[in-house]
Formats: sequence, structure tokens, C-alpha cells
Amino acid sequence: MEKGKVKGIYEDVIMAGFGGQGLMFIGKLLAYSAMKEGKHVTWIPSYGPEMRGGTANCTVVVSDEEIGSPLIPRPRAVIVMNNPSIEAFEPKLQSDGLLLANSSFVTRSATRKDVQATFIPANEIASRVGNEKAANMVMLGAYVACTNIVSKESINKGLEELFGAKREFLEANMLAFEEGMKFVQEKCLKTK
Amino acid sequence: MTEKRFMAGNEAIAEAAIQAGCRFYFGYPITPQNEICEYMSMRLPEVGGTFLQAESEVAAIYMTFGAAGTGARVMTSSSSPGISLMQEGISYIAAAELPCVIVNMMRGGPGLGGIHPSQADYFQATKGGGHGDYHLLVLAPHTAQEAVNLTMLAFDLADKYRNPVMVLGDGNMGQMMEPVEFPPPAKTEFSKKEWNLDGARNRPRHLIKTLYLDPPVLEKRNLAIAHKLGEAVKNEVRFESFMVDDADVVIGAYGTVARIAKTAIKLLRENGVKAGLLRPISLYPFPYQQFAKVAESGKKILVVEMSLGQMFQDVQLAVCGKTKVNFYSRVGGVVPGYDEIVREVEKTAKESG
Amino acid sequence: MEVVYERPKSLFPVATHYCPGCGHGIIHRLVAEVIDELEIREKTVAVAPVGCAVLLYNYLDVDCYEAAHGRAPAIATGCKRVHPDLVVFTYQGDGDFAAIGTAEAIHVAARGEKITTVFVNNAIYGMTAGQMAPTTLIGQKSTTTPAGRKPETAGFPIRMCEIVATLPGAAYVARVSVSSPKNVVQAKKAIRKAFETQMRGLGYSLVEVLSQCPTNWHMTPFESVKWVDEKMALYYPLGEFKVPKEE
Repeated sequence: MEKGKVKGIYEDVIMAGFGGQGLMFIGKLLAYSAMKEGKHVTWIPSYGPEMRGGTANCTVVVSDEEIGSPLIPRPRAVIVMNNPSIEAFEPKLQSDGLLLANSSFVTRSATRKDVQATFIPANEIASRVGNEKAANMVMLGAYVACTNIVSKESINKGLEELFGAKREFLEANMLAFEEGMKFVQEKCLKTK
Repeated sequence: MTEKRFMAGNEAIAEAAIQAGCRFYFGYPITPQNEICEYMSMRLPEVGGTFLQAESEVAAIYMTFGAAGTGARVMTSSSSPGISLMQEGISYIAAAELPCVIVNMMRGGPGLGGIHPSQADYFQATKGGGHGDYHLLVLAPHTAQEAVNLTMLAFDLADKYRNPVMVLGDGNMGQMMEPVEFPPPAKTEFSKKEWNLDGARNRPRHLIKTLYLDPPVLEKRNLAIAHKLGEAVKNEVRFESFMVDDADVVIGAYGTVARIAKTAIKLLRENGVKAGLLRPISLYPFPYQQFAKVAESGKKILVVEMSLGQMFQDVQLAVCGKTKVNFYSRVGGVVPGYDEIVREVEKTAKESG
Repeated sequence: MEVVYERPKSLFPVATHYCPGCGHGIIHRLVAEVIDELEIREKTVAVAPVGCAVLLYNYLDVDCYEAAHGRAPAIATGCKRVHPDLVVFTYQGDGDFAAIGTAEAIHVAARGEKITTVFVNNAIYGMTAGQMAPTTLIGQKSTTTPAGRKPETAGFPIRMCEIVATLPGAAYVARVSVSSPKNVVQAKKAIRKAFETQMRGLGYSLVEVLSQCPTNWHMTPFESVKWVDEKMALYYPLGEFKVPKEE
């Protein structure tokens, strides 16, 4: 929903990229963690044959009120992890909306001037901390740092509950998440 | 209430069925409801139940018929093309007065259509669908939590009226994940001793049939079923009235579209347009009186549907010309956005009375 | 005085609606005798077809379903899965089992569903008055093959036993006829074996019974039993196609 029209806590985000980049998972993790904080959440995937190898996306809404539409024609934020996704979702973003792009895969810059664009070399960052597969968590960290919609602790706990016993994955993912947060926070400090 | 679980609508419906005492499920895979089959195949054996993947939807509905005839709580599910295939069996089940629950997670049609959400099976669901005079009781949830509650209710209604009950959702609802809780099921016990088949031990044999070659006898049977459904019409109308009292424009919508309309209403009210929503929860029986009341109070009505005007006809029937009923739809798997609904309500509000 | 012949207890004391010379009455009686002998009347559930035998439940005093055309095996499956301890059987004609219900017929066997099918093959559609059946013989006249069944246009008759016997889920498969006292005795033995196969939990059992339809064949009863022996049994050989392994 449009900013300024909603009182209370409300965020929506579309996450898009190649199937296998883990966007569905970070969407679920975000929604799950917010649910554990007592918030209303919805997570809805694009579904169908296009999920196999093509571009996949999901939409997450988090609110302190009952959620009406789980589908967002003009999102407040988009996380894009490949070129087709920035083409598809940058135009849909609200004015002043948040564009978080994984510059390891997205090779062009933002075309709109009325959005807050941040380009994050998520795969490089994830490799640096030990697991390139956790690039999705870098992006989620960046998103959470920008919106504060859930706490880091909730994400940590959510990850634990969704990942179960796989301890080493857990640590690598959490580290990647923190690096994503840091990247955004440092960037903000620089611009301010 | 138990702890909240984060589940897709399809899984939530399957779990709700199990918690309502369903121990038998027969189905055939079709997108976008495969998760119901898959969940049942995993969960039913855990609770001593039976999951069986049938050779077709036709077989699935008759396996459901067979299990329902024993008095067991039984469910099948499918999506639009598969539900079309089941129509023969549904007619037989209604004629034999057997209780069962049928889930239809609608997708775009006609024909093979698409796999994305639709509401174009409204006529099929509410007006009979198969041959002969009968109706299903039809419940249309708009959130995953409501899908849980209504699935549980569906089993009770099926037993109470000895009639098949349909839970009517769409692909969107099946795939979407939301927090859900499972309330303890209502302990409604319905005696099935008078009619169920389990071997004629120490009693006259029971017979489940639908053939009545003598017209006056068949007429009597049909009237008995109609009478029973008449009771359901009296007792089982369910709806939600959302910000209707002070509204100038009332949206008529159900299921996924209704929840999108709620977002539109919030935005409209920020803009100073008083909009509300009358949401049928039971599509059969339909809340005709509630729509008539809205019309009599001089409010305008806008029906929004993912069909080319199916529930629209029921609203027109209810309103009977007393107010103008506008219509907006997206079809073929396209879901109307709240921005489109905002625009249409504003248009309706501006029209002269 | 010793009783040597009486009505099986599982049959209602009523006259049937079947035409003179029809095989259904005999086959009903054989099923009822087997139910009596196995003492399973109180745990038997029958599923009646659409076809001449739709009114099976007017004669057989057991719990009954009346199925839609071709769907009896699916209904029997639903029932048996709820009550594995019951003895569930379908009674089906050739249109029911070998045309409109072929998918159900094949898959109930493929699953090894522990039910029994008594499949009555009379090579004609009786109830609708004489149209071609999937089992109508080449050259045989019917109201929809007035010049006789021609394979170029109407294809070939289906041998269901031979097909079903290829499926691992089928435990007992036999073809019998009721064209003579000797064949009636054989038929009863096969029906009994089929029920026993089910009761021992060995898998699906099928007994195909070649039966005469004098009315729609336009023959006298005597001519019709001769036709079963001389024509039908040639294309549909009698015998056991599959028996439980340990036998």
C-alpha cells in the first residue's frame, strides 16, 4: 500500500530472481520471523512452470493489522537478484520506494530517479563470509536494515526453526545476513 | 487456541480436515492444489487414515462416494477441470444423500485454461454443477485461517444435512502462506447408524441408491432433498459485513477478491470515499436478504469477481432493481489489484444515483 | 425329509425381472450360495452396476451400493479402504466393466485392491435393448451393428481376463460360463475361489461369466446357450488365467 496512507506498522516487498537464488526462502523467513513477533503476515509466490529455472518471485506483507491484499501492484520495496527482475519490478515500485539489487547479477543501474536504489554485491559478500549460496541472506539483511520490520534476533530464531539442525548453514547464513545489514548501514553513514 | 503455524492455504485445509476427523482422502493431482494431496499422503498415515491417489478425478469422487457410504469422514479435492470431471459423481452423492467435503481451488478456464486463480466456477459450484435438482452447500474462505475454520465446519454441515459440501477457494489462496491456528473441532456427533453400510449384522441390510423408476417416487425423493436444502437456506447463510453501515458504495465480493477489496476500502476511506464490503461466506445458501437490505438503504453496489459476472447475477437477483449494481472483473488467472478496485469504486461513487 | 435344494438365505424370496433364459438369475444365485457357504452375509457389501443387473439389490439381501455406470470398482475401493474386514464385491456387465469403466476396472486390479468382481459378459447391451458391447463378437448383429460388427469400423472385442491377468495386483482371474449344469458348477467354484482370495487378503479377484441374452440375441434360450458354447467360448476361452501362487 502507498506510504502515508497507513497508520501503524506496514511493509510490503516483492522479491525476484532466478529460481534457486533462494528468494522464496528469504520471503518465507521474513514472514515467519515477523509472525513470531506477533505480526500479521502473508507470503505469496508466483507459481507455475516459470518457477523451473526461470524468474521466480514472491510477495511478503507484514502489518500490525489484518492484511487485506496479499498482492501488491505498487510495492514499497523490491529485492531483485537478476536482470529480468529489475526490468519487471523497477517500474512497479512506488515513488520513494526501496530498490535493493544484487549487483553480482544485475548489470545495469536504476533508471528511475524517484526511488532509493541500493546495489549490493551480494554474492561477493556472501563468498567473503564463507558461503556464496547465502547471497539471498545478504539481500534480506539489507532489507531488514532499511525497514526495521523485524529484529535481527527474530530472523536468527526463525532461521534456526526453519533450518532445523544444520548448524553450519545456520551460522553462514546469519553471518551473511549481518553483512547485508552492515553494507546498508555503512552506505547510509557515507551518504549522511 | 494452539500456537500459530505458518502454512500455505492448501496445507491448512488438509490439516483442518484431519483435525475435523477426516481419515480418508481420495484425489488426483492437478495444479494449483497438489499440496492438498501431498500433505494428505504424508499426514493421513500418521493418524491411521488412508490416502489414495486415484486413477482420475472420476474415480476419486466415486471412491469418496464409497467411503462416504460407510459413514466415514472423507474428503476429495481438485481444481476446476478436475472438478468438472467429478460432476457426475457429485450429482450421485447429492442424490444418495451422502456427507463428504469437496475442495475446489479454482483456476482459469474454460477448457484446460490456466493454472492461475479464478472464480469462474461459481455457477458450477452453487447451481448444482451436475445433472438433476440439487445443490452443494458452498463455503468460500478469504484467508487461510478462515479456510481452516470453514473446512472444519464443512464436515459438520455435510453430516448435519447429509449433503456434499464444497470449500471453494482459488489458486491464490492455496499457494499463499499465512499464520493459522487450529481451534479444537466442535464435537458434533451425527448418528449414521440408520443408513451407513458396514455389513448387515443384526439389522436389516442398508441400501444406497439413486435410481427411482417410478416418477411419483422420484418426485417425492427430490422434494425431500429440496426440503432439506430449504432448512440449510434458513440456517446456514453466512456473510461478513465490513464497514457497510456508513458506506455509500458497497463492494460485493468473496474469497481472494474480498480481501483485496478490504485494502481498497482502507485506501478509499483515506481519500474520503465511504466504501464497504458485503462478503458472502456461504455462496450456497447465498445472503440474498443482506444484499437486498443494502439496496433498500440506497447504497450503490459494485460486484468485483474473477469471473465474467457469475455471483453478479445472484446480487442482481437479490437487489431486484432497487439499486444500480455495477460490475468489475478480471479473468483468465488475472487477479484484480486494489488500485483497480479503488478506481472502480470511485467511478461508481461519482455516478448519479 | 432331507432338503436337497432350497433358496439361498442371502437371496430375497422374490421373482427376478430378468428375461426368460437370461444368465443373471443363475449367477445371482451362485453368488448368494457362495455367500451363504462362506457365512459372510453379515460382512458382505455388494456394488451394483448400471445395466441389466442394476436391480441386483432387489434380490441380494446384503448391504448394497448402486453405482454409476462403470464406477463400481471405485466405490468398492472407497468402502473397502474404510472397512478392510468386509467382503466387498462388484457385479458388472460388459458395458460397465469393459467400456465406460475400463479405467476403474484396470486400476482396481493394478492396485491389487482386495475386492472381487463378478463380470457378466453377454456380448450385448441388454438394458438399453441390444446395442453393441465392447465384447460383441466380430460379425455379431446388434442394433448399432445391424450388418454385424465389422472390425474396420467398430474395432475388436476385448478380452478382459487376459488383460487383467497381466497385472501383478490381480491374484485370481478366471473365465466361466453358465451354459450347462457342468459349467454352472465350475462357475460357482470360481466365484467361491475369488471370494476366498479376497478374504485371504491376496489381492484383486475377477470372475468373468459368459452369459446368454436370448432376448437381444433373438434366439431361444436353448439356441443361446449353444451360442455361448460354440461362438463365445471360442473367442473367450474358459479357464483360470491366474491363481494365487501357493496353490
